[in-house]
Amino acid sequence: MTSPMASSTPDQATLPPISEVAVGVIALVVAGGIYLASYLPRRAPLGPAFGILAVAAALLLWNVVSLSRLGPFAWGTFFLVGKWAFLAYLVIAGMLEYVFVLDHTRGSILVVLTLMLAIFAVNIPLLLAFSVARYQSPDG
Amino acid sequence: MVDVSAAAPPAPPGAMGPPVVPEFSIVPLRALPLVVAVLVGLVVAIAANSLWALDWYHVVGGGLWTGIDLFVGLIIGPIIGRLSIQARIEFTTRFMPKMVLLMPTLVTMTLASGWQLARHLGNLNAHYHNHWWLVTSFIVVGVMAVIALGFLEPANLGVLFELKKPRPDGELIGKLMRRFVYTAGITGVMQVATLVIMTKLAVA
Repeated sequence: MTSPMASSTPDQATLPPISEVAVGVIALVVAGGIYLASYLPRRAPLGPAFGILAVAAALLLWNVVSLSRLGPFAWGTFFLVGKWAFLAYLVIAGMLEYVFVLDHTRGSILVVLTLMLAIFAVNIPLLLAFSVARYQSPDG
Repeated sequence: MVDVSAAAPPAPPGAMGPPVVPEFSIVPLRALPLVVAVLVGLVVAIAANSLWALDWYHVVGGGLWTGIDLFVGLIIGPIIGRLSIQARIEFTTRFMPKMVLLMPTLVTMTLASGWQLARHLGNLNAHYHNHWWLVTSFIVVGVMAVIALGFLEPANLGVLFELKKPRPDGELIGKLMRRFVYTAGITGVMQVATLVIMTKLAVA
């Protein structure tokens, strides 16, 4: 089975560090969630939470921009994996949002948690889709 | 832990030609109704605030998650590393698709029900005398989530898509399988910490 990687797959060394940045975003979102949860039922100071959210959003945006600048890439595979993963993680994020609302989380804390869940639901499908598509032959 | 890309045992006499990759589905669609049923049951348990149902979801989900992580990382992983390439392919194409559905479902079951359970029992309250044990469990689960979502799951999908190619790259599969087994082993060991914390909380 061992064969040289098909020469038509992208040169792995030249790809931007999209996977690494996406893992960083997951770590930030998880850290933000733990920070907010550790104060319950009191209200956590929101400054650090908004800071974490802003950095996570900026990194996610950087990843999207980096993806859009890629040359030939297996976009068909990327979107195939991405859309199904997005559906799955939308269900998971939706369940978490449902729990927060059911537990009477309101106001700015709900806004921060919802935005973190939104980043989570976009970032993980992006990571999974990129991780698969990077080893596939580019479209066309 | 074991190097799963290490040289496989020699092929039996007469075994010639490239290994055969059996037909397989990356996501076992027949199991989807079961996943939906489990998740609907979880929503009902949360909405109904049923302590028994929440406890059931948390204990069953957590027990299976912990057990499977330990079993895959410490028992199955080293065995895979010693199989022939053909056997590894046969095992992988039957085992990995099931993990694609099973593990996210177990994680969702465990975390959502655990959160509600802790809330109902008052364990989330900062004045709860074991509050920091609970926060430590959040941190352990958080690190495991980063490892599972950031490394383990992408490696799992990567292997399956590579095996779907007409000429799979054995070197790449070996690299991704090694990542899968190592990360499963790390989360398995971290699950021991979760077991310590959860048993401590259960008797508190």
